[in-house]
Amino acid sequence: MNFKVISFVTAAATLLLSATVFAAAPIKIGALFAVTGPAAFLGEPERNSAKMVIDEINKAGGVKGRKLELIVYDTAGDATKAVQLATKLIKDDKVVAIIGPSTTGETMAAIPVAEKEHIPLISCSAGSKITDPVKKWVFKTAQNDALAVGRIYEYLQKTKQTKVSILTVSDGFGASGREQLKSQASKYGITVVSDDTYGPKDTDMTAQLTKIRGSHSQAIICWGTNPGPAVVAKNVRQLGIKTPLFMSHGVSSKKFIELAGEAAEGIRLPSGKVVVADLLSGSDKQKKSLLAFVKDYQKHYKAEGDHFGGHAWDAVMLIRNAVENGADTAAAIRDQLEKTKAFAGIGGSFTYTPQDHAGLGKDAFVLVEVKNKDWVIVK
Amino acid sequence: MKQNLLLFTGFSILIMFAPQLLSGGYLMNVLVFVGINTMLAIALNLLLGYAGQISLGHAGFFGLGAYLSGILTTAYRFNPWVAMPVAAVVVGCMAGMIGFPILKLKGHYLAMATLGLGIIIFIVFNETVELTGGPSGLSGIPNLQLAGISFDSDVKNYYLIWGFTLAVMLFSLNLANSRIGRALRAVHDSEVAAQVLGVNARLLKVQIFAMSAVISSLAGSLYAHTMTFISPASFGFNFSIELLTMVVIGGLGSVYGSFLGAALLTLLPEILRGANDYDIIIYGGLLIVMVMFMPGGLVRGIPALYRKVIKQKGETGHA
Amino acid sequence: MQFDQILQYTLSGISTGAIYALIGIGFSIIYNATGIINFAQGEFVMLGGLLTLSCLELLNLPLWAAVPCAVAVSTVVGVLFERLAIRPLRQPTPINLVIITIGGSILIRGLAMLVWGKDTHTIPPFSGDTPIAIGGATILPQHLWILAITLIIIVINKIYFYHTISGKAMRACSYNRRAAGLVGIDVRRMVLFSFIISSAMGAVAGIIVAPLTMTAYDVGVMLGLKGFCAAIIGGMSSGISTVIGGLILGVLESLGAGLISSGYKDAIAFIILLLIMFIRPQGLFGKADSERV
Repeated sequence: MNFKVISFVTAAATLLLSATVFAAAPIKIGALFAVTGPAAFLGEPERNSAKMVIDEINKAGGVKGRKLELIVYDTAGDATKAVQLATKLIKDDKVVAIIGPSTTGETMAAIPVAEKEHIPLISCSAGSKITDPVKKWVFKTAQNDALAVGRIYEYLQKTKQTKVSILTVSDGFGASGREQLKSQASKYGITVVSDDTYGPKDTDMTAQLTKIRGSHSQAIICWGTNPGPAVVAKNVRQLGIKTPLFMSHGVSSKKFIELAGEAAEGIRLPSGKVVVADLLSGSDKQKKSLLAFVKDYQKHYKAEGDHFGGHAWDAVMLIRNAVENGADTAAAIRDQLEKTKAFAGIGGSFTYTPQDHAGLGKDAFVLVEVKNKDWVIVK
Repeated sequence: MKQNLLLFTGFSILIMFAPQLLSGGYLMNVLVFVGINTMLAIALNLLLGYAGQISLGHAGFFGLGAYLSGILTTAYRFNPWVAMPVAAVVVGCMAGMIGFPILKLKGHYLAMATLGLGIIIFIVFNETVELTGGPSGLSGIPNLQLAGISFDSDVKNYYLIWGFTLAVMLFSLNLANSRIGRALRAVHDSEVAAQVLGVNARLLKVQIFAMSAVISSLAGSLYAHTMTFISPASFGFNFSIELLTMVVIGGLGSVYGSFLGAALLTLLPEILRGANDYDIIIYGGLLIVMVMFMPGGLVRGIPALYRKVIKQKGETGHA
Repeated sequence: MQFDQILQYTLSGISTGAIYALIGIGFSIIYNATGIINFAQGEFVMLGGLLTLSCLELLNLPLWAAVPCAVAVSTVVGVLFERLAIRPLRQPTPINLVIITIGGSILIRGLAMLVWGKDTHTIPPFSGDTPIAIGGATILPQHLWILAITLIIIVINKIYFYHTISGKAMRACSYNRRAAGLVGIDVRRMVLFSFIISSAMGAVAGIIVAPLTMTAYDVGVMLGLKGFCAAIIGGMSSGISTVIGGLILGVLESLGAGLISSGYKDAIAFIILLLIMFIRPQGLFGKADSERV
């Protein structure tokens, strides 16, 4: 409901402003988010964040006197719809850039459309293969799974734990994580001693965990998004398993702690810095953006901003910066995006080059631990 | 018979000139999907409407066609035109084999078994990562090409898909009026009575099941080659249910009904797009209202509504 | 060690299976009274969990008051659904009924999404979450609640269907609706009753599992599907065979995940089910009856 009021107010404000200041036609930006369906936990904060930041840019007078107009469609997490709607954004709405889709599967499906129509696409999903190999028109703001896996393995290497069990969800997110967990293990001298999966809607993982318990591993890594990992955490506690439990950045939000309750204590996971924004040292370049984002999100939606929303925030800001640098056509925006250097966003510090359209380094992730129902940074 | 031919010719002409009448753009893309869904709805209707056998797993056959086409053309470098019939034959044989035991079941046991079959197929897509790419999907599937034309735009795909859809429609219309069609209806009404009259009901049911699977597989292949990307999520239980809904909303046992059902359910989300989160409620409500007020489906409901309106007009005219 | 593992798989399977069974009985009751496979059954499971959450958090009710409250509201939804969608149906062919219940389930899910949002929620366990050791395996107190409540419901069902007038009337409907009507049973009332009972039972199932599995607007789909399977294995009976059906499904899944492959666990369960059905097309417990011509 709030939403409507806000958009009405902004619409009214926009009208007033455009009446007083003669502005050129707005720059149209399309967005594809999985606002409903199984990936709604990604799509909803993404849509909210994107709308919020666009509104704020326009309230501040737009970019170089031009307003930004955001056209959001809901893909419901369906790859077919993502392709159809990408086509619609390009053909009917004539957008100059597309933000999203939310999931790797949808993004892979939409990529051929963007490439064929020469429209820059900034994906908000994590799969490494989106920008590897590099595609001319495709960028991404979500941190690669490879970086998250690297964070965990680095820590395990440091603490001399070499045998891990992995338990991944059987959807795009889990499959991509599983691939990275298996392929990077040897680089860190780690062996995967058991490899199990669970379904996205499963409600009991004790069978898998019982098997894992019998495998004598030194760490368990669970890769999934809510609510599965919360069930895993509870099941681990039920079975009395003492092996350290690691999770993915897919659950780095307060919601996970709330769902898993007591069972969340002591779980470690790689996370974007947004959940620990206030704990960062003052010298951290991202701190300013992070705090602003968290505060704005709280103000607009009465909820905690998470790093999923951050991916959309980053994408809008990257386009804004490109427009600021004089780009207003699809091709020019693409060229400007590729020149982005050390932009301190929510997901990390972005530097795109013609060889790298993911733009983030390992410092995008910190390892955090749940202590007393809150996050702390693991040194 | 003549009337049927006339109707079909009229329909084909309408389909052929639709791109000229409509203002292209995104709508063409949606109409491509109407075509694919029409094919699938007809396939299911052959089974459900003509032979009276339910299936809650047809998305599985659709997916098998798509994946076989996708895998054969990407990993094994098959020509798409070869991959498509190969996929159809493989799926047809599989359906034929599974058809014998599965079609022995009746009523809700059949529903359950086909549902299970669909879920098993879905899990295989997800789990055979080396072959299918798993949940992240399979990309880089080539477009179809014919005489130097690559079917890579919505308008070209429109003619391609609708060419196939019209062929499937014509085939089904003929089937309905053939000896097989009559035998099928007999089986639908009473299997035992049909047996007594010398119809090999069991074989006939398996044949129609296989035929239905082949058409679904064909639609799947076409889907794969127009989308160039496929992932398991498109072939799950939900889509099986959506297909069932198309058939019932359109009208059981009617080819044109299948088209109407497919068109309505494909266009509806587009129309409801502006309704944000409310679309799911409108969608659910509409299903209820449709079944309540047009229990025979659109194909019978619309003419009835038309007659009613005419009658009312006539009455008020006289008064 | 191996024995401990098998014991754990079996215990886990039984506790999941009990949930499937409870939901399955809901399917069976409606099916027997009306011939309808109510695809909206899973949504009452969802409603039970989420309504309890609202009672606990918004109304600050204690758990013992929140549960009946949630069950009552879910039942009202069930009654409304029967009155507004099922009863007015002009051509109640089985297939139309399937579609209308699918429509109903989408509608209820959509409304729930608007009311509770898309997040997953959890409710606290009834009596703590200190694991209980049985041999080398462990279960939670909540699992005992699930088993106990399932048992109680079966007993109540048995008493209702065999020892009360309205229960007997409902059984008569399930044998032959027309004949039941002819001997003066108000069939339509029985249909309404069946919706009341099964929506209440679905809600109870949703409440007792929510502390373990958590709940969200879309949990009904998967749980409903599994409950449907349990009911069919049990031959659509509203008694012990559906419970056995649910337990078989739960244990198969759990053993499949533990011993063979976790990715294929649902597939394993379904393949075994298909094989069972191919060998016994009339269901696991059903007697082969002759079809009317």
